Amino acid sequence: MNFCNSNHASKVIDRQALDNLFGVLRSQSYTLFGPKVSDQAIVYDEIQATDDLPIGWTDEQDAGSYRLKKRDDQALFGYVVGPHSLKKYLFPPAQRLWQVSRDGEQIKLSPEPEDVVKRAFIAIRSCELHAMAIQAQVFTGGEFVDSTYDSRSRNTFTLAVNCGQAGNTCFCTSMNTGPEVTAGFDLALTEILDGARHEFLVEIGTELGAEVLNAVDFRDAEPEDQQTAKEIVNRATGQMGRSVDTTDIKDLLTRNHGNTRWDEVAERCLSCANCTMVCPTCFCSTVEDVTDLSGDNAERWRRWDSCFTMDFSYIAGGNVRTSTKSRYRQWMTHKLATWHDQFGTSGCVGCGRCITWCPVAIDITEEVAAIRRTDVAGATEPLKRGA
Amino acid sequence: MGYKDKPKLAVWKFASCDGCQLSLLDCEDELLAVAGAVEIAYFPEATKAVQPGPYDLSLVEGSITTPNDAERIHQIRRDSRFLVTIGACATAGGIQALRNFKDVKEFTSIVYASPQFIETLNKSTSIADHVKVDFELRGCPINKEQLVEVLSAFLHGRKPNVPTHSVCVECKRQGIVCVMVANGTPCLGPVTQAGCGALCPAYCRGCYACFGPKETPNVAALTGWWREELNVSDRDVVLALRTFNAAAPPFEKESFRNEH
Ligand code: SF4
Ligand code: SF4
Repeated sequence: MNFCNSNHASKVIDRQALDNLFGVLRSQSYTLFGPKVSDQAIVYDEIQATDDLPIGWTDEQDAGSYRLKKRDDQALFGYVVGPHSLKKYLFPPAQRLWQVSRDGEQIKLSPEPEDVVKRAFIAIRSCELHAMAIQAQVFTGGEFVDSTYDSRSRNTFTLAVNCGQAGNTCFCTSMNTGPEVTAGFDLALTEILDGARHEFLVEIGTELGAEVLNAVDFRDAEPEDQQTAKEIVNRATGQMGRSVDTTDIKDLLTRNHGNTRWDEVAERCLSCANCTMVCPTCFCSTVEDVTDLSGDNAERWRRWDSCFTMDFSYIAGGNVRTSTKSRYRQWMTHKLATWHDQFGTSGCVGCGRCITWCPVAIDITEEVAAIRRTDVAGATEPLKRGA
Repeated sequence: MGYKDKPKLAVWKFASCDGCQLSLLDCEDELLAVAGAVEIAYFPEATKAVQPGPYDLSLVEGSITTPNDAERIHQIRRDSRFLVTIGACATAGGIQALRNFKDVKEFTSIVYASPQFIETLNKSTSIADHVKVDFELRGCPINKEQLVEVLSAFLHGRKPNVPTHSVCVECKRQGIVCVMVANGTPCLGPVTQAGCGALCPAYCRGCYACFGPKETPNVAALTGWWREELNVSDRDVVLALRTFNAAAPPFEKESFRNEH
């Protein structure tokens, strides 16, 4: 992924050209991954052509609820983000790290081969691009680079899309992560659908993007096209279903460790970990060594884990966060406050997934608002182990 | 761990359907490796050859439902270095623990022609209610991969990789769309221990909690949501909680709370 903030030259293409563009990517050995309807939701999966997209579908989301609905048009991108995020491709849910086998006195270690798949990510939203950048910072921005993440993110092509509508659990405007795509893409589309007119404004983000676009038919964008596209994104900005006041949020959460609101949310929280699994920036994992019955073969696996599981906070001597209260507080405080200390940004991009996919509708925006309402300014309680 | 000879394995049966023992026989690819790694010393389901104890590892299937069984399990414990229970019957009393909520005498009088010959306990209880258990493997039936994992861990003296978190984690790792959020289907996954590979949600069904309560289960919050948002009746909440793990304390407690 390349970041390029120059003035993007814009072009206009039609659906046929978009299909051809998918073909160009495929001919350059990219495997395409994008939105697709599956099991009553819009998920990310392998796609071949625009026909595979959720044409004419939209999603109605609320806390703890997601429903697919038919639209009254044939929009290709008329929905927002679903339960999957791109982290499943760059940071796979289960990944073998190496294998080792024993033959008499000989020990043979086989590291996993480097991932060389070229992936083209199709119809990626602004919040998702920001989430990718945040995870890239986590996995590759420090002194120790995660080689598996690094190799997976190196050969990607990103075809982004500006949101023309926002979901009821979206709050990217509060987190400054959308809805307009501003960086981190090769090409970015805005879908213009007006009666019989069905076109896509394309912004070019990188040379690679320009090269791919050059292989299909396009026309230069007129000022009116640009204006229309702007209005489309503005419409999404005006539709945000949720918002968060982020003023002073780091200090707000840090000084509210003792707020009784955490007890209230813990009454409702199932510690099921769904919020962390669907979050596009959550990166916690567990590492397991497995042996076969003979004991001659072993493997090391890395799997998604969560600060909501007991094993995750188990260290020598016991569990450091036994209560659900301490686990929920840890998660939210890390997302919105201590992430800044650790990685220099917020850990939340306002995609709303944790709200929609929480089975009991716990809403991070509501929790922040409640803490703000009951701010125990200055009254910090010393942290107790396991409290 | 260093056994001089192959460790001796025994497989015991109490009140159960034999399904968990069959999971061991069902290991197909691994069965020869199991037979190569341990000496199968007592396993009536598989072989008539019986060797006397002590045994290095006993797998115990089934719950305690008769006075005789309540005695027998103590002898097995004495004869076993490690005792691992397998399945919902052995770890929570099984489906037969539904008797715990009713009067067993009434059942025997209806079911049997001569109930006076039936000697049975009022409750079906887990093995751990009677003797010390070294590890409990959940499931109705157990998952054969987990069983092989427990056997490997035992053979090599390490902790088994058997997570106690929710089924949701398995769903999400596999990219399965949540049936409760996307379809309003009541699902016990958020309070149920993983291990089945999220079998039912993978087929768009709610989880039936075959693997029993997960670590730190918040059953009241989940069933409260079912009642208020998914319009599940109190009676149906009780029925959902009273299946294979009806007597597991978190499920039992919540089913009592919803019973009127
Ligand atoms: S906040 Fe919701 S999704 Fe997250 S652990 Fe609690 S109940 Fe599960
Ligand atoms: S915390 Fe919630 S809203 Fe924020 S990025 Fe994660 S899933 Fe999205």
